[in-house]
Amino acid sequence: MENQYANEIWPLAIYFGMVIMLVVTMLALSWVLGQKRREAATNDPFESGVVSVGGSQIRISVEFYLVAIFFVIFDLETLFIFAWAVAFFELGWAGYLSITVFIGVLVLALVYQCRSGALEWGNKTRTGLREDQLTTGEST
Amino acid sequence: MSELMPVLLALTILVGGVSLAAVITWWERRLLGFWQDRLGPNRLGPFGIGQVAADMIKLLFKDDWVPPFSDKVVFIFAPTAIVVAMMMGFAVVPFAPNTYILDVNIGLLFFLGMTSLAVYSVLLGGLASNNKYALLGGLRSAAQMVSYEVFMGLSLMGIVMMTGSFSLVDIVEAQADTWFCFSQTLGLVVFVVSGIAESHRLPFDLPEAEHELTAGFHTEYGGMKFAMFMLGEYLGLILISCMIVTLFFGGWMVPALIYDWLPPFIWFSVKVFLVICFFVLLRAAIPRPRYDQLMSLGWKVMLPITLINLLVTGAILLKMKGA
Repeated sequence: MENQYANEIWPLAIYFGMVIMLVVTMLALSWVLGQKRREAATNDPFESGVVSVGGSQIRISVEFYLVAIFFVIFDLETLFIFAWAVAFFELGWAGYLSITVFIGVLVLALVYQCRSGALEWGNKTRTGLREDQLTTGEST
Repeated sequence: MSELMPVLLALTILVGGVSLAAVITWWERRLLGFWQDRLGPNRLGPFGIGQVAADMIKLLFKDDWVPPFSDKVVFIFAPTAIVVAMMMGFAVVPFAPNTYILDVNIGLLFFLGMTSLAVYSVLLGGLASNNKYALLGGLRSAAQMVSYEVFMGLSLMGIVMMTGSFSLVDIVEAQADTWFCFSQTLGLVVFVVSGIAESHRLPFDLPEAEHELTAGFHTEYGGMKFAMFMLGEYLGLILISCMIVTLFFGGWMVPALIYDWLPPFIWFSVKVFLVICFFVLLRAAIPRPRYDQLMSLGWKVMLPITLINLLVTGAILLKMKGA
């Protein structure tokens, strides 16, 4: 069994080696052939011609962090659906009902996530409504 | 001879993939040119195809600059990651009967895993550059790719349910009678949209939106390293097109009712070429959305559609089997 697996995998290993060689060749060629010129502003960060102020360790929106968390949650849940899909006919209606409940919970989480304003970008208040929605009295 | 076949095939895919990616850069500019009532690059060689070679020579002789303020090792590693990940994705694509590097029972998962690895390239490139534009572009890109990845795999589960296998060869052979684009139309739409978002091509190229982020995550890159990001992007385009054809348009299978006089690989190539043209023309037809619109489209529209598609497909399949 293990031997058969090894037989299948070796073309992939050779292919991987070739890809690595291609990448290394590209980097090496451009390192050898490329021109080397240094002028006054060559080593400055590019900011459309404006002289850079401060470092690049700027404060970033918390939304990116939220998206990362949601990805971890939802991508893990998709893995269970993958496992169900591949054994779909064996599991039959019993499996279908179970996965319906599972997807129902997932959709509930998604609805909660939307209603709580976690997917809204821009200024937010603690209630999850955007500033302009609060002032106009518009409800979610 | 049979020992040598996979090696030859690997070499062909490697050389073919890189040259095809290079030629597509020319073809895309040419096609977009005609779409916008201008000529596009037409000076070098017949129809301007020499432009490909000229660009490549020029890029090789560009300064191989590593910013002194950057994280140097990661800066060099980032563009290689996307090329390697996308090239490895081709390993599971069945180009014709018995013409593939690897046919395992996790083929589809292998493809999804490889496309997911591409996000490292963009994120690390943005972080290592130590440049504000690059950082913002890298972050946006990571959030976008990660959001669209959630349902990219899910959109294909309808096919897996109908085939009962993750193996791409099995999936193609299951389409001998009917292509999955008819039974899984919703899956196709979602997969195309998430495929564009994953390879961050127009109209979903927010990470490198030049009107606000100069060039996004590859602002500090130049010469061959920049070219490698582009190579990775075009390889991603070819890979997504190959997968769309394999999964939804019958792979190497001949369209029904047409006399089978061409080899299977030619049919596969023709289909892939048409899908690539579709992607290029999409670029000319649709403007770029705003970033928050892009994210809400993913989470609030695409994800529910995918889940509904799954449940409906499951119910119909079980009903048909039971009846």
